[in-house]
Amino acid sequence: MARRTPLYKLHQELGARLVDFAGWDMPVQYGSQIGEHHAVRRAAGVFDVSHMAVLDVRGGAARTFLRQLLANDVARLKAPGKALYSCMLNPQGGVLDDLIVYFLNDYWFRVVVNAGTRERDLAWIRAHSQPFGLEVTERTDLAMLAIQGPEARTKAAQLLRPADAAAALALDSFFGRELGSWFVARTGYTGEDGFEIMLPAADAVPAWRSLNALGVASCGLGARDTLRLEAGMNLYGNDMDESTHPFESALGWTVALSSQERDFIGRAALESIARAGSARELIGLVLEERGVLRAHQKVLAAGGQGEITSGTFSPTLERSIALARVPAGTAGRVQVEVRGKLLGARIVKPPFVRHGHSLI
Amino acid sequence: MSNVPADLSYTKSHEWVRTLADGTVEIGITDHAQQALGDLVFVEVPEAGRSVKADEPCAVVESVKAASDVYAPIAGEIAAGNPRLAAEPEVVNAEPYGAGWLMRLKPSAGALAAAALLSAADYRKLLEAEGSS
Repeated sequence: MARRTPLYKLHQELGARLVDFAGWDMPVQYGSQIGEHHAVRRAAGVFDVSHMAVLDVRGGAARTFLRQLLANDVARLKAPGKALYSCMLNPQGGVLDDLIVYFLNDYWFRVVVNAGTRERDLAWIRAHSQPFGLEVTERTDLAMLAIQGPEARTKAAQLLRPADAAAALALDSFFGRELGSWFVARTGYTGEDGFEIMLPAADAVPAWRSLNALGVASCGLGARDTLRLEAGMNLYGNDMDESTHPFESALGWTVALSSQERDFIGRAALESIARAGSARELIGLVLEERGVLRAHQKVLAAGGQGEITSGTFSPTLERSIALARVPAGTAGRVQVEVRGKLLGARIVKPPFVRHGHSLI
Repeated sequence: MSNVPADLSYTKSHEWVRTLADGTVEIGITDHAQQALGDLVFVEVPEAGRSVKADEPCAVVESVKAASDVYAPIAGEIAAGNPRLAAEPEVVNAEPYGAGWLMRLKPSAGALAAAALLSAADYRKLLEAEGSS
């Protein structure tokens, strides 16, 4: 049977359409998916992201271990609470997962990984942490809510005691901190401002109801996907996986090669790819005709064939957008095979939408 | 939950069929189908004059989530595609049995009688059997 988050019954009560997502019964939408999308771009929405795994890595060697485990360099995390986005690679440089790591103190880092890779990640992290004498704890006691949109922070802060609310509102982008039993971070996956809040499972339902009462819309994974794609953010399993490396996944910016002595897993493979130059790259596409771009559609470019990795209709732009993996150096216009027809599309640099505004 | 008007005929693939006074039939997707698809963002309807066989894919409805073929319930010649849907696909969500019709078709001789259509009662049973009425 599929796993359920602490909010499962509430989703049912709110009339959500529940689907299987990576082995979890998750809400895809409550009413109109496009309506939920617009709520986040224009005001605020709340998502249940409790299916993601929260791992606490504790011990004196936590930083040393994570510098070996991750392609981005946690040495960049100097201020407590600071977050870093990173890939976790296999020795061939393939992406095992993308994740966020928070530096809480010298003995405690918090890592948030994808639901679909939860078990594999946990096994990988536990195995590689063995020599470091660390404690790796899966925080199944926590639920996670993402509250996103231009009004998200001020609405969510109303759930906190005044002193905590002030502290939450003072957080800089990509910082988090513990406020009582809650961990509040100014992060997200929508291209809007907002918080991601990790909280005891028992607090999740009352928090959600209070947010609804404040006018924050319940939003499902459907809207989450169109929002992240407009924001030009990759989805693990669609836009990159074990068979693709960061340089062909528009994630070169997350690979830290500058520190020569840091021998992270996948480094040797990435260095040789960087020397030779990546043969493929991940780019953004805007469809210039009517229709909808979808994952796995074929892309025809001057330099050869490519493939859409994520595609959708963009509710903000009212046209179809996509991420596609194409031969390196592809520029200008391409054609996409959409249901047996060749349609014209234009290459753009993601993000497509940021803070409610079109960037294309 | 979903609306199944008693005066229409239906298919197992969730199209509805309305016989018009001039002998042509109007075809659309059911309320259940539009609910299952969610917000429609693209609809492609067939050109007038195209001949279609029964069960041939002849229109496409795409929501944010997915693309779905619409099948001709009856063999015949397309009399018209709904011109409004190119600009306003959401009309199919709002009025699946009215302004959101997809196509009108002139059935081939004997095709209407030969078509495997369901009554409203049978279509309701189908939805119940699928656990989604």
